[in-house]
Formats: sequence, structure tokens, C-alpha cells
Amino acid sequence: MDPRRTARTVSDPKVRQVGFFTPAPPERSVSDPPRFQDPIQPPSPSPTQVNDHSPSGNSLSPVMIPPAHHHSDNFLRTALQATSPTKAFSYSAKTVTIPPENEDVASSFSPGRKVVSAKSPSSFPGVKASSVPASELTTVSVVNLPPGISEKAGGASVEVQNDRPVSAKTLKEKTSKAERRALQEAQRAAKAAAKAEGTKASSAASKVVTSANTKPSKAAKSSSQKNDGSQVAASEKKGGDRAPEKDRKKDAPHPRMQYDDKSRVEKAKKRAVVKQTEARNRVELFRHLPQYEHGTQLPDLETKFFELDPMHPAVYKVGLQYLSGDIRGGNARCIAMFQAFKEAIKDYSTPPEKTLIRDLTARISSYVSFLIECRPLSISMGNAIKFLKNRIAKLPLALSESEAKSTLMLDIDRFINEKIILSEKVIVKHAVTKIRDGDVLLTYGASSVVEMILLHAHELGKHFHVVVVDSRPKLEGQLLLRRLVRKGLSCTYTHVNAVSCIMQDVTRVFLGASSVLSNGTVYSRVGTACVAMVAHAFHVPVLVCCEAYKFHERVQLDSICFNELGNPDAISKVQGRKEINYLDGLVNQENLQLLNLM
Amino acid sequence: MDFQVVVLAGGNSKSLTPLVSKDVPKPLLPVANHPVLYYVLHQLEESNLKDLIVVVEGEDAGLLVGAWISGTFVDRLHVEIAAVPEDIGTAGALRAISHYLTAKDILVVSGDLVSDVSPGAVAATHRRHDAVVTATLCCVPISGSSESGSSGGKDKTKKPGRYNIIGLDPRKQFLLHIATEIEKDTRLQKHLLHAVGQMEIRSDLMDAHMYAFKRSVLQEVLDRKDTFQSLKQDVVPYLVRSQLKSEAVLSGIRQAEEDGNEKVSFPNNQVMVSQILANASTPSFHELYSMDPDGSAQTRKTHKCCAYIASSSSYCVRLNSIQAFMDINRDVTGEADHLLSDNVIGPSPKLGTKTTVGPHCMLGEGSEMGDKCQVKRSVIGRHCRIGSHVKVVNSVVMNHVTIGDGCIIQGSVICSNVQLQERVVLKDCQVGAGFVVTAGSEYKGESLARKEK
Repeated sequence: MDPRRTARTVSDPKVRQVGFFTPAPPERSVSDPPRFQDPIQPPSPSPTQVNDHSPSGNSLSPVMIPPAHHHSDNFLRTALQATSPTKAFSYSAKTVTIPPENEDVASSFSPGRKVVSAKSPSSFPGVKASSVPASELTTVSVVNLPPGISEKAGGASVEVQNDRPVSAKTLKEKTSKAERRALQEAQRAAKAAAKAEGTKASSAASKVVTSANTKPSKAAKSSSQKNDGSQVAASEKKGGDRAPEKDRKKDAPHPRMQYDDKSRVEKAKKRAVVKQTEARNRVELFRHLPQYEHGTQLPDLETKFFELDPMHPAVYKVGLQYLSGDIRGGNARCIAMFQAFKEAIKDYSTPPEKTLIRDLTARISSYVSFLIECRPLSISMGNAIKFLKNRIAKLPLALSESEAKSTLMLDIDRFINEKIILSEKVIVKHAVTKIRDGDVLLTYGASSVVEMILLHAHELGKHFHVVVVDSRPKLEGQLLLRRLVRKGLSCTYTHVNAVSCIMQDVTRVFLGASSVLSNGTVYSRVGTACVAMVAHAFHVPVLVCCEAYKFHERVQLDSICFNELGNPDAISKVQGRKEINYLDGLVNQENLQLLNLM
Repeated sequence: MDFQVVVLAGGNSKSLTPLVSKDVPKPLLPVANHPVLYYVLHQLEESNLKDLIVVVEGEDAGLLVGAWISGTFVDRLHVEIAAVPEDIGTAGALRAISHYLTAKDILVVSGDLVSDVSPGAVAATHRRHDAVVTATLCCVPISGSSESGSSGGKDKTKKPGRYNIIGLDPRKQFLLHIATEIEKDTRLQKHLLHAVGQMEIRSDLMDAHMYAFKRSVLQEVLDRKDTFQSLKQDVVPYLVRSQLKSEAVLSGIRQAEEDGNEKVSFPNNQVMVSQILANASTPSFHELYSMDPDGSAQTRKTHKCCAYIASSSSYCVRLNSIQAFMDINRDVTGEADHLLSDNVIGPSPKLGTKTTVGPHCMLGEGSEMGDKCQVKRSVIGRHCRIGSHVKVVNSVVMNHVTIGDGCIIQGSVICSNVQLQERVVLKDCQVGAGFVVTAGSEYKGESLARKEK
């Protein structure tokens, strides 16, 4: 299951080149410092390979690097290069056994109770209390479940839809193509029946079905060589089952879905957990990107709090925090997501008649699609998810559930520690050498790495001045400024519109990045290019600090083809100044379109 | 979602004396022909909360409530009844069932709440901020006070101190002050004001008595402060008051968290991770306050008390007085009729000739009415027999009531099994269950009840 692959058929790079953004020299300067990034940058694709792929590219995008770099092994390798002291850690040696906690949760309520509750419906179908003892809990009403349904703590109603694919899936281990085909027909029929029960139920079922379809190829892929594994899998997918292509598209709405394609948007809306009202007045150039009425999402998601049974509370909390903007920044979002996943894996128990590898992958996918609905994923998160799914798929079948879970949790810890924390430390160690006494350093927004660099340099006793450049509407720089000032750094704070004035005093520019793409393009928050170009004009060196796990093989020629649109109302309001309300009530005017690029 | 729901369906309430009795405990008091508890349970069911604990005061009431729930909600809800001794207050009731609470967070809902505020929204707010307590606040219904004059003028029974004084932070997320009774003066904490910088004090908000608590903290507070009687008057104000100096409350939890962290093999990195996470979000005043003025080390322990403010369009009233009872009856049949799922007029009312039933009325099944009756803005229960030339305006008539010919009933509540003989005139009265009003008598603004033997 590789949603990115299928989604990419839509984005035709020839069309994308229309934008006003050309790879001009100023942009180069952003990605300029190769001396700094060389050791951790993956090899760039050769142009011949690019040409090879483009004619055949029905499923592969024309501009794409060979699949060898596609796997997260690549990231592992590059990160290991960057983080040589890793060897000190021995994570594989320790195995922590975690007892399956769900059983505990399910039964922990029962002690000290006179009448057994409905958690074991098979034994007490429809118990009613006859006597009410004082100050004891008495079950007076129970929920009768139809027999034969797996019990789960609280999730009785949801499980009903899932048992249909389950029965089919046990057969699935070793089937020929024809058999698989037949199975799919049956599943589709079953799904059509399920659809009658409700849209949500059907989407859940289809998710299981699609994941079941694609997993065998993935398992095969993981065992064979990684180099051509994905290609084989892709061709197999194309030739073997053309029919499920439709099903697969129904899977999670990908961030790169073209939102000007009406029929697709409609389909995505049907299975969405978060109610997304699309903003009506959108800028023509960015119609293909999702943009929603921002006020509507949060209250709606909140009211559904108890209705999303399959969602783990930790994941739900993170989703809420993304949506409300409580967690921002690539690293923080990635870490928060992984910690939530860790919680989810800790509480996970494989349902009967399912295998952990497949069911957990499906579960994680549903979490991810929920998070996407809350806010589009950052590239770092995409890479992290790919890593996790890869680890799940590669779990040896012989592993017991608790072992598998502890392995995965250790993997997650290792990812956070190695790919994020350690690489940040390495970057800091290297970048600090670029700071000299008497420097005036400029930074834009609030990047966690840049902040660490500045603090570390300060700890080393270097004397320098920091210029924090900020921009509305989020004003993240103020938080950075507050922290820097508290640590005793001397700072200047200004907004991005004054950057050309302040730039003449600056000796170095440090920028954080959301991602570095395979053609060297730096992908960061809006305004970064502007700062970099001004720095270029003033002949000020620019250093971009980006962890290796944020690298991506995608090639993006401009910032129009993919971007994130924020709440357009945010730019019309000024914090702390209520009297500025010139745009109030004008938002729904036909000839006014607000654009808040993120 | 790791939430447990506790419905506090208190037994008898003194402010509703003629209406509630031993046979009809407060949770079963019919509002528009449904017990008031039905509204809470129905709403919880709609938000997919099916495992509930209902706490009832007194064993008899527990039996009655349990019988009713098992009859109404069988196959739909999984409800457990806990009967607690009377007069131990809401906090005492929670203390009594404390050992049944196991989930991470507890949602406490009052059983006399009639509202359409989603409990999910409260829980989500609670979770998002990782708060210790989240209180649901709703705007005071405007219709309640303005129309009350026309509906009976029961202003004297309405307590003036029903509304609270509530302090909020500028972003309206955190609860800074809560005072339940309006006193001459109320004391604000200086250090809290100093930490927040700005406080918004409002008196137009009402505490809906729907709280989300962090279980560990709630249990600790209940254990520690065994004099606390009421959630609303003791526990919540205490938590709000101590939110910036919560060493006593939170020490145990923090300890546990730190222990958990040390098991991880990279303790040093864990600090960095948490720092990255902390830096990513806008710090609330709690975090700012807990920092040292110079460094970043957290020295002072704080906890967050959140507020969920329901939108002004949502309906939210507590049934805690006769006036509220009248208001709710009127609203449920009228403007807030979405709270009830079934139809307003029962299946088989027998109406005589020239009898008119106005809008916003509700007739229970099996009720019979004679000729030339008028019913306006009233609720009439099941199996009532109403004679001819009867006028019922702005009133609530419960089940099995017999009303003789020529009665005029205005703004009154008539409980079950009451017999009104001919030509009775009632205005703004409450008639207790089983009472017999003799023919031709006139009452105004009185409360009639059978004497307890």
C-alpha cells in the first residue's frame, strides 16, 4: 500500500511549471551551502533515470528518483553517517516484555461488584438486576451483543463490520492471483452490503480490505531485495489486480490529492472523520490544495469525541492539538505523533483471527488518515510513518505479540533519539563552528535546531547578536525571542517586512527547514525564500539546518504545486488590536480571496 | 476513550417539595412525560457513551430508578446503579463510589441537567489541555427570566444566587475564579491575577454541572479533604484556587511520571524531546508561572482548570427549582423540542368536540378530554381524564389525573393521581401527588400536598 505512488499519477509536472517560480539563482542560495550538508545528503538522481521513467509513468511520476532511495533504509543509512556515535546505544539487546494490557483494562472494573457487567455478554445475555444492594454498583441495563463477535473493551458496535473481512482473511496467506481476485469480488459484495449500514462502517471495512489486498505484495517485497522490490511490487499490483485500484483510491485522502477535482473531493468527504467545510473563496492558483473553513473543524471533532471508538485517545489528543495549533513545527509534530503511536501500540492487542503485522498496519493507517484530516502531514511525519510501517512489515512472523510490540516501541524510541535528537546534536556541533565572535546572526521564525545552535554557542561563551525575524499571523518568533532573552542572549526582533533594512548588519543567516527535496530545494515556511534572497542580495551566507530524516525524494519545481493553506481569517486579524477589522464581513465576497500560505 | 461517566442523580430535593415524593424521586420527575434522567441518559447515549454509573441517593430511590432504567434502556445502555446514603452531597457520593473509578478521566454529569451540550466536546477540551478539571459553562437562558412573568410569576421561588461569578483568562480557555453564591464581596487571588495578567469576570455564565475530572486528582482531593461536601461549592473552587500551587495535589502524579521516564534508556534525550514539544506550543500562563524568572527549570507545580463554554445557541438548564421545572417543560415542548426524539402528541388522545389544543402542547397517550376544552402551552400526561369546559394554560399535568368539568388551571403543576373536582380554579399552584381538591375551591399561589401520615 503506497498511497503516494497512486496519488502521484495526478500531478503532472508539465502543468506545474506554469507558476511564476523558477529555479533562479536566489533560490540556489537557499540550498547553497553544500559544504554543510554534503555528508548527510542522499545522492541526487541522475537525469537518465528520470527520462527512463517518464514515458512509462502511469503509476510513477515522471520526475522521480529510483526506488532505491525510496525506502527508509536509505534514511537509516544517511542518518547513521551523520550520527556516528550511535554505536554506543544497544537497543536490540534489551527486550522488554509488556503484558497485553487490554485484558486488564477490560476486566479491571469488575472487582467488588455483585452483578457481572455486560463485558462478558456471552455469559450473561440480558441480565437485569433484581435486588439493589446499598452502595454497591448494580447493573440494571446491559447491552446485548449478537453472539460470535469478538469482545473488545467498549468497541462492541464497531467490531460488527469487521468480522466479514476477517473470515476471508485467514485463507489469504497463500493464494494465487485468480483466487485473490475471486476473494476481492466477494469482499466487494460484502462491502456493498456494509455500505447500506452506514458510510462510516463501509469506510472502515474498505480500509481493511484494501490493506489486505496490498499486504502480500509488501511482504514479498520486504523479503526480496529492496533495490528492485518496489518496482516488482508496483508492476505486480498493476498487472494482477486492476480492479482493486478503485478500492485503493478510496483509502485515506492523501495530502497531494488534487482538491480541484470535484468527484474525488466528494469521495474523500464521505469517509472523513473531521467535518471539513471547504472554504468557498479560494485563490485560483491554489485551488488544487485543501482549504477549509477553519472555525468549523474543531467544534465538530470535539462533539464526536466519544463516537470515534477505533481511535486511540492519545492519537485523538494529538490530532486535536494539530487542529487547534497547540503543537507546531516539524520536529515537535513528528515526536508527538510518534509518542501517540507508541501509546497506541502499547495498548494494542491483535484481534482474533488477524495477524499483528497486517492489522497493526491498517490501524496505523487509519490513525494517519485521521491526523491528515486534522492537518496535512509534514514531510518529516511522512518519512517517519514510512519508517514505522516498514518496521511493522518487517517484523518476523515468529515473534510473539508482546515481543513485537516492544520491538516496535523500541524502534520508535530509536527513531526519535537517533534521527531527531542525535542528528540535531550533530548539526548543532557542526554549525556552532560557523559562529564567530562578533557575529550578527539572523534567523527567521522559530526553528528548534537553530534555537539549539544559538543556545549552544552562547553556552560556549561566544559573543554574538541575534536578529529574530518574524512574520504574522502566528508570530512564532516571539516565543523564540522570549526563550533566547531569558537565556541572556542579546537579541533584536523585527518583522519580515523590515528584513532588507536589518540585513546589512547581519553576517550570517541560519534557517530551519521543513524538508530538503532531492533536487536541493529547501522547503520551509512561507517567507523563508524571501529572507534567503535578501541575504543573497547582501552577500550574506545562508545556512540551512535540516535533519536527515526530513529529506525527501520528491522533486518540486515551485511552491504552488504543493503547499499548505492556513486559515485565511488569521491574516485579516491582528493580535491585540481589535480595532483593525477592515476585512470583517468581507470574507465571503466574491472578489476577495485571502491567501494564507503556511 | 478512557472516560468513565458518572451521573449524579440526587434523590429528593427540597426546592421541589410538592412535586417530588417518596414514590417519585427527583430523577424520575416527569418533564414533558419523560423522567428528567431520561434527557441526560439519552444525550449520553447519542454521544456513544454506553457505560454509565448512576448514583442515586437512598435505597428506595435506587430501586425505582434502577427499575425504570432497566425498562427503558435495556439493550441500549450498560448502566450500573450505586445507591449512596442521603445528604452526603455530590462530593460525598463520588467518594462513596471512588473505588469503582478506574479510567483516566471521569465525566461527572448532574442527573437533573436538560441540555444539548455535547459531552464529547467537554471531554475533548479536557483532553486537549490535559486539564485537571474542565467545567461546562453555558449562557444563562434569556427566555427563562423574561417569560417567567407570563408563565406564572414564580419569581419568589427563584433563587437570586443561582448564577455564578466566573473568572476566565483572555482566551476563555482557563477557569481562574469561580464563586457559586453571590456574596457581598468575593476575593480574587493576587498571584493568579499577576500570572495571568488579565482576567475576565462574568456573571452571565452558569455552571452546568457537567465536569470532566482527572481521576487521580479527584480521588486525591476527595481523600485528603474529607470535609468537602459538594463538587460545585468545594471541590471545583478548591482546584481552581490552587491551580498555581498544586504541590499537594499533583505531587504523586509527577513522581510517577518521572519514574516512568527513567526506565527509558535515554534519559538525557527525553529531556530534549520534552523540551522540543514544550517549545512547539504557546505556553499558557501556567507554564510561564511555573518557570523560574531566570531559568527554564520547572520549580513550581501547577495544574490547569479549563472551561468549556457552550455556544449561546445550545440549550442548557438544570432542574433545580419549580420555576426551572416550568421553564423546561415549556421549552422542551417548544423551542428546544429537538431534545425529544418522539412525537409531541401521543398516539390516541380522545378529544371532545370544539376542544382546541394550541401549539407547544404535549398530550400523553390514552388521555381523554371532554367538549370545549382549551389547552395552551401545557403538558398533559398519560391516561388523564379531563372533563368539559376545562381551561389549561401554562401548566403541567402529570399522569392519571382526573379533572372535573369547568376547571381553570393556570401556571400550575398537578402531580400524578390528583383528582380535581368540578369548578376548581388553580392559579400558580403546585398540587402534590394523590391530592384531592374539592369542588368549587379556588387557590392562588399555593402548594397543596397530602399530609404525610
